[in-house]
Order: sequence, then structure tokens, then C-alpha cells
Amino acid sequence: MSNSNGIPAQIEESLRTHRRGFLKSAGLLAVSFAAESRAQPQTQAPGPYPNPDFRQLDSWIVIHQNNTATFYVGKTDPGQGTGTGFRQLMSDELDIAFDKTTCIMGSTDITVDQVGSGGSTAMERDSWPMRRVAAEARRTLLAMASQRLAVPVEQLTVSDAVISAKADPSKQITYGELIGGRKFNVTLTGNNINAVTGQAKTKLRPEFKYTGQPLQRDDIPAKVDGSLKWAVDVKLPRMVHARNIKPPYACAKLTAVDESSVNTLPGFIKVVRKGNYLAVVCEREEQAIRAARQLKATWQKPATAPFPSSEDLFNYMRTAPPASRARPAGAGDAELRNPVAAPTVVGNPDAAFAHAASTIEAEYEIPFQGHTALGGAHAIADPSDGQMTVYSNDMKSYGMRRCVAAFLNMPQDRVRVVWMQGPQGFGRTAAEDAGCEAAWIAKELGRPVRIQWMRDEETAWDTKSPAFLVKMRGALDPQGRLTAYDYNARSCDYNHLGYNEPDTVLIAQLMGARRENPAPGSASMPSDMYAIPNRRMAGVVVGLPAIWETPLRTGNLRDPNGPQATFAAESFIDEAAAAAKTDALAFRLKLIEAATDDDNGFRRARSLAVLKAAAAKFGWVARPSPNPTRSNGDILTGRGIAYSFRGLTIAAQIAEVEVNRRTGHVWAKRIVCAHDSGLVVNPESLHHAVECGTLHGLSRALFEEVRFNTEKVTSVDWVTHPTLRHADTPEQIDIVLVNGDPNPDRPDLPPYGAGEASLKPMLAAIGNAIFDATGVRIRRVPFRAERVLAALKAAGV
Amino acid sequence: MSKLTLKVNGKISTVDVDPGTPLLYILRNELGLQGPRFGCGLGQCGACKVLINGAAVASCITPVSTVTSEVTTLEGLASNGKLHPLQQAWIDEQVPQCGYCQNGQIITAKAMLDKNPQPTDAQIREAMNGTLCRCMSYYRIHMAIKRAVRQVPA
Repeated sequence: MSNSNGIPAQIEESLRTHRRGFLKSAGLLAVSFAAESRAQPQTQAPGPYPNPDFRQLDSWIVIHQNNTATFYVGKTDPGQGTGTGFRQLMSDELDIAFDKTTCIMGSTDITVDQVGSGGSTAMERDSWPMRRVAAEARRTLLAMASQRLAVPVEQLTVSDAVISAKADPSKQITYGELIGGRKFNVTLTGNNINAVTGQAKTKLRPEFKYTGQPLQRDDIPAKVDGSLKWAVDVKLPRMVHARNIKPPYACAKLTAVDESSVNTLPGFIKVVRKGNYLAVVCEREEQAIRAARQLKATWQKPATAPFPSSEDLFNYMRTAPPASRARPAGAGDAELRNPVAAPTVVGNPDAAFAHAASTIEAEYEIPFQGHTALGGAHAIADPSDGQMTVYSNDMKSYGMRRCVAAFLNMPQDRVRVVWMQGPQGFGRTAAEDAGCEAAWIAKELGRPVRIQWMRDEETAWDTKSPAFLVKMRGALDPQGRLTAYDYNARSCDYNHLGYNEPDTVLIAQLMGARRENPAPGSASMPSDMYAIPNRRMAGVVVGLPAIWETPLRTGNLRDPNGPQATFAAESFIDEAAAAAKTDALAFRLKLIEAATDDDNGFRRARSLAVLKAAAAKFGWVARPSPNPTRSNGDILTGRGIAYSFRGLTIAAQIAEVEVNRRTGHVWAKRIVCAHDSGLVVNPESLHHAVECGTLHGLSRALFEEVRFNTEKVTSVDWVTHPTLRHADTPEQIDIVLVNGDPNPDRPDLPPYGAGEASLKPMLAAIGNAIFDATGVRIRRVPFRAERVLAALKAAGV
Repeated sequence: MSKLTLKVNGKISTVDVDPGTPLLYILRNELGLQGPRFGCGLGQCGACKVLINGAAVASCITPVSTVTSEVTTLEGLASNGKLHPLQQAWIDEQVPQCGYCQNGQIITAKAMLDKNPQPTDAQIREAMNGTLCRCMSYYRIHMAIKRAVRQVPA
């Protein structure tokens, strides 16, 4: 499937021949020109990579003469199965056999801009325009067939891309015969890509043939037999290799570079430097690695410490002046910069606390956690012919194209990003930084450049999920009901990086770019349906002393605030249940049932359904925590539950843990995750995505923490930054796909997102299980053995 | 630079490289075998593993000049156009998400099963423990190994 340059043949063919010619002949060349005229000298001819026009049906679907179809969508699927899901939905709408279709994703010059991936939007939002366009293609083909066969449309039927007369099946014609290799020339309507539509209606559930089926993912065979060509595999003629030399201290200033320390090494080409950005380029990969290690550079430490040590982080966060506050609905960035926190208040919390039978208070700490992808960030950039092509696994390839164009001051229609598979990415990863680095060096050298971050760069310098400090207070009445609740979050998230911003990518920062108004960041509220009559919820964002050129830069990581806020909120609900000597599940159900109103996604009804489904699968026996039967041996066992929603997707998780009181080691022996994300497009890949998200949550609960001293990040590899391993995997994992809709059979049930929700409650579920097992509440993740052992010893367990 | 002869997946090649170069870069950049991938360069994650003398070896820290036996990579596991039973089990159990680590997972599993065709759960966990997956496909990997074990008579 690939040729010698490592680019998959399918993409190569589309890029170089058929598709581009096809789009050009569809008259799409002028589309993006007007918008870019500011950046582009008037005399310059339009570039070769205009935006595919999302209002042209031909941009989305090509029917071939052999009666197969290729779908072109503006999404990226790094392995959660969305690509296969798009094919299922579009095959259904188009009425073509699934195995006669292929799907090309995320290459900016041949697929429409649907942003790429992020926010679990693939099915919930972005599959809808795909479906409407495929339905419109079917409608158009039926109209064409009606003319060719001289049969009214109402008297035609479609099966597997063959249209025939209902009355006379011998009268038939295939899609390929009708339009194979030619253009639809159908213009769609809609103000934006999410609204794009034709005239056709999309199908309802009973009409689906492939949607809802557990079809095998189409990307897996090539990932298993070694034939897949990844972004890391791209080889181009005259390509050279670059490696970064990162500042050894945060905010260090590069004062001198001794090029003679490397310029006699074999394969040496060049040291590239601008401001504090420093890289070395060699002919071969191992030469670049060696030269980067050997290059003598002088760095000056900053006058003041850029951040406290990780041991002092929460003390710092507790007293740091707020830089901005959490985002209330509809608030603009300017409003958020008012650091005076304005809490969201329901009822009268002060009065409820004044009349409480008892109150409980707790403070929770969640450190910086990282993406730490298994492979270092990378990109290959080709500056040939005055254009720029970047091969990247960045999940937002369209953003990268805009970012690279702005960073290099090139018109966008001369820049394209070819999306290819890469190591796991769940948000704003260093893939974006590497894309700009490769492109900048390639432009400097006039040669194709491949760059990859080494392990220490990736672990230390990739963007982090913000640290959270959450103070909570609750009031219980004499019946043990939670009558008031105070949630006060501080997140360390000031100057949160957006996606592909030309003034915040790391290379731009190192070259001196500074944004006048850093992004305010966020300190989110918990996501639950508890009907607590009196609530006060507030969040503020604090910043570290240094917010530029620092490895402690925050960015989105898989539900950016969700695991942190939910760890605090769902641990606290458990503490309240224990204080009320009530079963943790019953306590939650009662809080949700305390109101009867519901929202348009039926989140109240579905929260109840999901919690009950998890409990039923687990075999939950009602009793208060901690576990009244405690072994005298080393191993203490307990179970913990937690629940949350992400958007309209609900997840409830129950973990059974074994805590070794002699070593502090925690093993989640069994996990149940019940998950309701609406319409299931592919139960197999959904099950898998939920399972892996659950274990990612387990890894963050047990192991993941970015550590640092006052000069630099000291988590630099898999020893200093441990992750979940084979031996830590539960013995049994049960995923329950729930349909908790009040009308579960409704034909218009929509799909909701599924990439993140199963991560969210896991941290609290494990903490609650440790409490159940030991009677010791640990309010700080991760629950590494040394922390657990210290807590057990302090409590005399 | 020096000329070195390597036997990889049954094929003999001669390369002209610095003898200290890690095997990984020779496989990927000289021989076009890109199943093994760079993960850490420290022998900590397993993404780069290859089979040498029946052992799963981290090619990122193995100098090419020290390799005297035949190397088998992911691309060399299939025979006569048929996937190795582990690879087939990986597809049947739909193991990968991103898949970046799966070269190492399959290679490590093969080395384990070649030595111990009927591993217990504990033995699987122990033998696989040095090979990391950041998508967290571990549970599926265990299922796929057990499936392959069932299908290959001891």
C-alpha cells in the first residue's frame, strides 16, 4: 500500500493526480483566494492548495467507475474507530456496501475543513454534515437514474449502489455507470460546514444496515502487519534530520553556541538558531541525535525561579493571586480577566450551612499531568517549489496549516498538511510545535526536514493538563441529606495554549513571541445531576511566575478540566455519603432523584440509568463505606463508585481495588464502566474506546504526575514519569453500553461523544475504593505506592 | 563509517554506517523496515523491539555492530503471505488504538510464547510488563495473547 517515500499510495494518488485535478476542474481554485489577499502580494498567482469547498458535494464524495466510493472528510482518527464509523454512517446514507467504500481524512488540500478531531465531536457533531451530504448524493443519483431508466423516482429502489425499478428489477443501473469518475456538480447550502446540507433527509435508525454493527476497524490490519506508513515513516528526496536542543532550564537565555563542537561531525549540515530556539541538522538521523547531544551551548538561568517545585506547588496555588476566573456561560475573554471571582450560587448556601447538623470540609489536589505520547512529537516538512507540505499526526491538521502559514508568513494556499497516523494524541500536543519547527527549518535550509523530539523533550516539554486545587465544604441535615455544597477550584492554567497558535507554539515563544493578553485558562465546575438545594461554585485561575518559554505550559488534554474537577467532586460526594453512613450508590441516586426536571439530553434520567447499570453489572451490595470486613492480612479490598457526564455522554465507574498495606501498592482488580453516548455507531470500537479511556483514567489515578524543581521539569522518561503497565491492568473489565434515553427505541436517537467521558470519573472511583478498603481518604492523586503507604501509616492502618 | 553485514527477515544486506549506530535507525532508514519505531531511545518502552536469537531486544539501544545473529522484525513475522497467529489474534481482538506501540507488543508476545507456549495470566503480565502502551490497550493485548495460545497447540 505504500511506495518508496513512505506516503500511503492511496493518499499519494489522491494528492498528486486524480483528486487535485478533479477539484481544480470543479472550479474550486478561487475559493480561498479572496480571504487571503491581505497576506498575498497581488501579483502572486494563486497557490496550489486552496481550501476544498465544503458546499460542493464533489469535495466529500467521489464515485468511481467500478461502483465504489471514496469519502473525503475533514476529521482525523488516530485509533478510536471514528474513521470506520464515518464509513458506516455514510455507506448507510449513500446506500452502498460498506466494503465498497474508503475514507480519506484530514489532509488539508483534499478534504474539507472539519477542524480535525477534538472534544469528542466526531459522531456528535461532525458526522451530521457527512450524513446529509451522502444522503444528498443518493438523492441526486436517484434523480439521474430516473431520467436514464425513464422511471419515476418513487418507483425506484436502491440496494448496494444499484438502482432498479421496483416493478421491473431488470431495469437497473449502478452508481458507477451513472457518475463514475465524473462530478456531481451539486452545490450544497448552509452557512458553515456543520450546517451544510442538500435537500435529502437523513435516515432513521430502522433504516440502518451498517450503523450499529460491530464492524472491524479498517486501520487495524496495517497497524498489525507492519505495512502502515505513519508520519514518522515519511522519506523524501534530499531529506535531512533535525533535532532540538532544549533550554536546560526553564526560561533560560541562550548566550553562546560553539558550532565548532559539532561542525566536524560526520553528516553535519547546520546549526539553526533564532532567539532561544536551537536545533542542529545532519544528513542522517543518528548523526543529528549525536550532534544535538554534543553541541556546546551556553545558557543563562533566569534571575528568579520560574516556578515552585512540584512539592510546593499546591502551597503556591493556595495563595497565588488569581489571574483570571472560571468562565461563566457566555462570558468573553475580557470578562474572565477580572480576577474577582463571582461564584455561581443556587439557593442560600450560607443559611444552609448555618443550620447544618454537621459540616464536612476537604481539599483535593491534582498535579500537572502530561500527554506523554509513546513516540516523541515529529513532523516532516517539504519546502519544494516554494510551497510547504507538512506531514504530521497532529489531530488538527487544518489548524496546523493556518499556523504554519502564519508563522512562515506564507499564503495559506501554498501550505498543506498531510495528516497521517501517529502516537496517541488527545488534545493540544507537541505535534503542533514540531510541525512549525520542521517547517521553519525546512524553509531555512530549502530542503525537506524530518524532526522528532527525544524522550526527555517529550515528557518534560509537551503541554500539560492544568493542576487543580479544590476546596469543598458540605452541609448535612439530621437525616444525612446533603443540603449545601461549596466548590472552590483553583487551577494553574494561566496562558493556556490554544490549538496551533502561531504566537504560542514553542518555537515562536523561544524566538521571543509574547502575546499581550495571555489566554485566561479555565477552572471548571463538576458535571453531575445532583439536586443539592444550595450550591456555591467558584473557580479561579492562577499563573506560575513564568508563563513563557516554560515546560510547564498548559493545553488541552482529553477533557481538559474534567478529571480534575470530577476527582474532587466525586470524592467529596463519597465523603458526604460516608459521613451520613449511607451507601455511596444510594446516596448518589437519591441526590439525582431529588429533582424531577430534565434537560433536552435527558441527563437526569440517563444518569440514573447509567449508575444503576454499573451497579447491576458489578453486583453492588448496599452498605456504607469503609468496608466493615477488613482482612488481617496484607491485602485490603474495597470498592468505589464515581459518575460524571461529559457533554451529553454519561459514565459511571466502579472499581474493586486491592491495597497492600505493607507496600502501599494499589491494584484495581476489577473495573465496571457503564457508558451512555446515545446512538451506537459501532459497538465494538465504542467498547474499545471506553475501555482504553477507563484505563487512561486509571493510569492518571495511580501513576501520572509531572515533577519539577525550581529550575526544570525532572519527569523526563518512563522511570521518572511512570505510567500504567501490563502488570497494573485489571483482571476483569466490564464495559456496559447503556441506552438510558426515556424513549430508548426512538428512531432519531443521536450519537454523543465517546472519546473522553470514560476517563473522567476514574480518579475518584479509585480514591473512593481505597477509602472503602482502608478507611483512609487520600485527597491527592496519583495514588503511587509511597503516598498510599505514608497515608496508611499516618492513620495506623 | 564501516561496512557491516546484517541478516534481517531472511535477507542479507550490507550497510555502510558508524558501527555505534543503534540498530533501530539502520532498520528504519537503511533497510526500510519501519515496524520498529522510536519511542524513548532508552530501552524503557519497547516500541522499537525486534527479535534476535529468540529474545525481544530494544533496537534503540543495540549498537548495530554488536548484532551478529539474524534479526526478525514485525514485517518478517508473516510467512507465505499468512499472518502470524499473534497478528491474526491482534486483528480478531481489535487490539490497537493508535497502534504506535503494537510492534513492540507483538514482538514481546512472540518472544514470550516461543519460550513458554502456555503462559499463565501472571506470566503474561510479567513478560509483557516492559512494553508500554499509552492508549492503554493492555487488556485487549492479554485477550489476544490468550486467543493465540488457544489456537496454537502446545
